[in-house]
Amino acid sequence: MELFNSESKKIISDPINVNNPISLQVLGICSALAVTIRLDQAIIMTLAVIFVLCSSNVILSLIREYIPARVRIVIMLSVIASLVSVVDELLKAYLYDMSKQLSVFVGLIITNCIIMGRAEAFALKNSPSKAFLDGLGNGFGYGLIIIIVSFFRELFGAGTITLPDGGAGYVLWSIPESWYAAGYENIGLLVLSPGAFIILGLVIWAQREMAGIEEEA
Amino acid sequence: MSGLEHYLSIFTKAVFIENIVLAYFLGLCSFLAISKNINASVGIGMAVVVVLTITAPINWVLWEFLLDKGALVWISEDFKNTDLGFLKLIVFISVIAAMVQLVEMFMERFSQSLYNSLGIFLPLIAVNCSILGGSLFMVEREYTISETVVYGFGSGVGFFLAIVALASIRYRIRYSNIPPRLQGVGMAMLLTGLLSMAFMAFSGIDL
Repeated sequence: MELFNSESKKIISDPINVNNPISLQVLGICSALAVTIRLDQAIIMTLAVIFVLCSSNVILSLIREYIPARVRIVIMLSVIASLVSVVDELLKAYLYDMSKQLSVFVGLIITNCIIMGRAEAFALKNSPSKAFLDGLGNGFGYGLIIIIVSFFRELFGAGTITLPDGGAGYVLWSIPESWYAAGYENIGLLVLSPGAFIILGLVIWAQREMAGIEEEA
Repeated sequence: MSGLEHYLSIFTKAVFIENIVLAYFLGLCSFLAISKNINASVGIGMAVVVVLTITAPINWVLWEFLLDKGALVWISEDFKNTDLGFLKLIVFISVIAAMVQLVEMFMERFSQSLYNSLGIFLPLIAVNCSILGGSLFMVEREYTISETVVYGFGSGVGFFLAIVALASIRYRIRYSNIPPRLQGVGMAMLLTGLLSMAFMAFSGIDL
């Protein structure tokens, strides 16, 4: 199979745009909100999700013919749980500060419905190479939304833009003191949970407006 | 703080102040999907209360006597330094999946009416993050067994309250004039934001 024919491109680009896992399939919202307080958390979370999603899709697709339909959920859960444990241990070993900040939400990738959902809807029916591309596409689609949400939440809520590094994060830019002196204030609400819901709601609206898709009421 | 008061404060905290949906964003997938319908919301809310109250203490026992560092000393002193903590996620999720299956079978056998109303929601709950989240928070906060029971029950009630509230609001606005592409999930998100803001008023209560 050729890797970059139009079908493969569609598998990758659809989930980023017209079939976005968060805004259109409505999967994986829990972690999308919890880790978006800061940009660096969102980036690390995206990488973790892309890793787990691609590997679980490929593994499940490889063994798809040996999985009895009745026990597939348990098998999927155990494959995903093992992969997530690997990510959790790796983060603890190499990015300890980040792992503390993300706390239980790394573990909760297991119950992130994107991973189960893609395994069930795609990996169990398609070849490993396609399943890998699907994982990549959905991972990017997920990442795109949470990175946008976290960018706005951090910029307007805390007044900084932080990129991930080995320790507590590298501050790329922060709102200068002179702005505060001139009367500018951060919107504290955005850092709290209501802000997350509202920003995500607006991002979903914007994304659907761009993709041109309406939900039937 | 006296005994009862202490448990009451854990309960109130889990229901209102640290509501598992509105403050910690757990269980949102089913929260958004099912809140279209009030009856179904009541059903899944009850199922979450039951499963969370059962699984949190079971996972506590497993954590305390099997997984935590030094938890195996009851077998022999040699295991003083054994730390099976890395198996936490796999063990917890298996317990949850197994318990969901058991609760489903138990209900089918003993309470047909309850099974008919809750039955279809139970499999969904195995992958509801609020259940796994409950167990993980219980480990992180180092609760005792009785605190865990109260916490599990309280978190379940919190989920129940939040989903029924959202379902009622969505029912009320079903004929409102919402921009077509905000319809559905987008609007539910904004409503949840407002709901969460209302619940934040409780955070002023110091327990």
